[in-house]
Amino acid sequence: MKTARVAYAGAIHNATEENGCLRLADGTMVGEEEVEWLPPIQPGTIFALGLNYADHAKELAFQAPDEPLIFMKGPQSLCGHRGRTTRPRGVTYMHYECELAVVIGKTARRVTRASAYDYVGGYTVANDYAIRDYLENYYRPNFRVKSRDSATPLGPWLADAADVADPMNLQLRTLVNGRVTQEGNTRDMIFDIPALIEYLSGFMTLEAGDIILTGTPEGLAGVEVGDVVITEIDGIGSLKNTIIGDAEDRGNVG
Amino acid sequence: MAREKAVYGVALNFRSELEALGEQLNRDPYKKPPVAPVLYLRPRNTWNASGAAIQIPAGTKQLKMAGTVGVLIGGGYLAVNDVSIPHDSYYRPATRQRCRDGFCVIGSQITDREPREIQILINGELRCRASLADLVRPIDRLIADISEFLTLQPGDIVLAGEPYGAPLAQASDRVRVEIDGLPAIENEVEAE
Repeated sequence: MKTARVAYAGAIHNATEENGCLRLADGTMVGEEEVEWLPPIQPGTIFALGLNYADHAKELAFQAPDEPLIFMKGPQSLCGHRGRTTRPRGVTYMHYECELAVVIGKTARRVTRASAYDYVGGYTVANDYAIRDYLENYYRPNFRVKSRDSATPLGPWLADAADVADPMNLQLRTLVNGRVTQEGNTRDMIFDIPALIEYLSGFMTLEAGDIILTGTPEGLAGVEVGDVVITEIDGIGSLKNTIIGDAEDRGNVG
Repeated sequence: MAREKAVYGVALNFRSELEALGEQLNRDPYKKPPVAPVLYLRPRNTWNASGAAIQIPAGTKQLKMAGTVGVLIGGGYLAVNDVSIPHDSYYRPATRQRCRDGFCVIGSQITDREPREIQILINGELRCRASLADLVRPIDRLIADISEFLTLQPGDIVLAGEPYGAPLAQASDRVRVEIDGLPAIENEVEAE
């Protein structure tokens, strides 16, 4: 089953996917363009991985790390499917990152690799935008690059873990204005999902609703105001986002 | 939309620490001193209360006890003990050193008056005294610089910084953080 959280007719609803449409809890069927999509879960702690695909680490001229490079994001960084993300005026390089997001399903502490999948509730798609102009060598990648308001689209759906046969063999891709610019497969992760759950739960308690963005493969490219960016993962979902300018460049439209 | 509070820590926000690091900040891997606030998140598993134990992870001898002021967005100040496994490098996020269960003790009392001083005591002995006049970014500027790109909402907490010379503690030590205008917070360190 795939579930979503949406705003419709002045209220927030949980919805399930049915033939490409949304079925609200009261049975109402609505189309995907009739609702405001929210991130598919209320987030707990949000983790993200740097340099977790060998090809991408090479692309950035880094050695693959010998320990997962984990950074964190604030809850305000998320936005839903069909959302808008701001490209600040004057920046030279803002790029997308298509990532498989793992949602923890129950409390996990000192979980071994062998049982790690028991703690996964589901999967969704993330676009972990970065603005490299703001990169600094302090707790890198720093929050100004990676935790900006609404700069991490998430969704559209949360796919139940039970429905994803092999999360370590999923094709990912990004399309900018309809053209494929990034392609990869989750099998090329350096630290796979069980390794990440074992690593994190080895030193901290994970809770239901915590989210791990598992890193991005090679194929980064800059995005400009007006670009429509789709990050998608086969079997999980296709997440659309539009790049907009700074508020002052848009006029006073909120 | 209601969400759980977010708690942010700020590294390198005491002038004395920046001065002590001096030329190091211009060398690899940093290359230049920080421009924006050096943020880290204190996730929900780290939240702890005064009176509860702080556990030392197996294989670790000592923990850094960075008593500090928590700025409550929406109004007020709290006493906080921002605990970490000591680490020298600020290059990569210190997730493993900082995000242990119970490593962020947050006082339950709020004062409206901006505190001036932090005192950290171990087993009753004063081990660190830090003035908020020593902040690189005073609290109002810190909040402004963070909220330039990251919206803080009422209930969120921003920690003013880790005092330079914050003491280390080991198992069975009692750690007390005193902030003027607030009741002290106190915790015992115990082996995991």
